[in-house]
Amino acid sequence: MIKLITTILTALTTGAIYALMSTALVLVWRSTRIINFAQAGQAVLSTYVGYEITVRSGSFWVGVLAAMIFGALLGAVIDRFFMRPIFKRIKSGPILMIAPVVATLGLLGIIQSIIGFKWGLTYQSLAAPVSTDGYNLFNRVIAFSPFNLLVVVFATVSMLLLTLLFQKTNIGLALRASAHSPEIARLSGIKVDLTRTLGWALAGAAGGLAGMLYIPSSYLYPNAMDVLLVFGFVAAVIGGLESLFGAVAGAMILGFAISFSTSYISEKLFFPMAFILLIVVLLIKPAGIFSSKKSRRD
Amino acid sequence: MSLVVENLIIDHGAIRAINAVSFSVPTGKLTAVIGANGAGKTTLLRGLSGLKEIKSGKATWNGDSIVGKKAENLARAGIMHVSDGKSVIAELTVKENLALTGLWRKDKKDVAAATEEVVSLFPILGERMSQSGGSLSGGERQMLAIGRALVARPKLLLLDEPSLGLAPLIIDQIFNTIKKFVTTMNLTVVLVEQNAMGALAIADEGVVLNLGRVVAVDSAENLLKDPAVRAAYLGY
Ligand SMILES: Nc1ncnc2c1ncn2[C@@H]1O[C@H](COP(=O)(O)OP(=O)(O)OP(=O)(O)O)[C@@H](O)[C@H]1O
Ligand SMILES: [Mg+2]
Repeated sequence: MIKLITTILTALTTGAIYALMSTALVLVWRSTRIINFAQAGQAVLSTYVGYEITVRSGSFWVGVLAAMIFGALLGAVIDRFFMRPIFKRIKSGPILMIAPVVATLGLLGIIQSIIGFKWGLTYQSLAAPVSTDGYNLFNRVIAFSPFNLLVVVFATVSMLLLTLLFQKTNIGLALRASAHSPEIARLSGIKVDLTRTLGWALAGAAGGLAGMLYIPSSYLYPNAMDVLLVFGFVAAVIGGLESLFGAVAGAMILGFAISFSTSYISEKLFFPMAFILLIVVLLIKPAGIFSSKKSRRD
Repeated sequence: MSLVVENLIIDHGAIRAINAVSFSVPTGKLTAVIGANGAGKTTLLRGLSGLKEIKSGKATWNGDSIVGKKAENLARAGIMHVSDGKSVIAELTVKENLALTGLWRKDKKDVAAATEEVVSLFPILGERMSQSGGSLSGGERQMLAIGRALVARPKLLLLDEPSLGLAPLIIDQIFNTIKKFVTTMNLTVVLVEQNAMGALAIADEGVVLNLGRVVAVDSAENLLKDPAVRAAYLGY
């Protein structure tokens, strides 16, 4: 019984972090139609900034805020001064599919080297603002701590805020219109270049938050979030890449699959499980498990 | 004050789709641009709305050049292009589709008023407000696309084949509505059509395009009587 509860709580915690990463990837995918591999670098660099600010201010919360703001700015700058010129030069042809994605890989390398120069390749640790000792349940310490609870609450609240932004505000409508049809959005007078940059900024903030919530349970080093990028990507694909709901649901499915298979079958399934799930979903429903025919055919 | 196009050239790679095209569209009038498949009609509209780069030549709206301007800025300046293929966003509701052209407008009262006018022009849209754009029929989508443009209170409306794929009865209804709002809203309209007969019947002026070149410019009335035009585009 305790094992089952712990497994579920662990699934929720890891799922929440994956959800932030998959949301970041989906936000960029929707606005620019590329998979942003630099996301891992952006998130970890934002977390370094958050770490520095946490150390200097003595407050984890100020650090979180700094990581999110820095993440947003970095995302916006990357889109405006890096991606936009690339898209401007390549107008069509097969290179249009590959060049921007390769560019994000290059960017990932550059960001991680910058971190190496500035902070070195050593492991740093970021102290959690609340206890990371597991709660006591029926006189047994379980693998779910107050900090884990905080992670779940923070991720949930930020997802809700993001959903409100997208569904209930004018900016959200402009973001959705630009995502689904940049051309119609343009013809309607929406500044699509701006909404695109805003998408990158939101993704950057989500990545910064993901880092600040993940690193206290791990260590901070230049490649600290590479695995999260992979899991976030798998979650995003499971969810169909197009919707925020899909990104979160895909992340939760992944979190549960990993948590249950590692705790009931074998620890060794931690990494393979993500790919097993990915391949199963791609074989059965390549457009993601929530895909449906949105448009009627005539 | 009007739309003036002079020696316009637009290329698709090696293909010259618009070749030294000149014509002008008087304010408050409906001008039909007709021509066979591949004549360059869509390319012309895409050039005028800023979607497609203009290679050379002049195009001015009320004296201001529109060459090299961004589509979104031209839209905000009152040039609304309803592209072909029933351009609605399938994933957004009818209401959201209609709201797009009002997002950036300062006068929110007038946006609401314009939306109401559109709904009274196309009552079916009022009944479909919370449905997704993708669930609409072809005719309804065309109405939504035109309605969305009207919410912006455009001054120049560029319509690309609003009759495409619609039943004759619906085509009549759409053409009649276009005629109606051109006269009531003091709009200048460029109507691109394969359906030359229907378009010329409601137009004031007509421009005939063939392989990227203007082959005739005249009043719609005269074009309808012109034997060459009748033989080539009206089929009798
Ligand atoms: N994206 C493109 N790339 C290359 N060539 C194009 C492109 N779009 C149009 N063309 C070519 O430009 C010419 C004009 O095409 P356009 O679509 O403007 O014609 P149209 O008059 O709108 O035809 P239709 O009545 O079939 O819509 C055609 O020869 C077409 O093949
Ligand atoms: Mg066409």
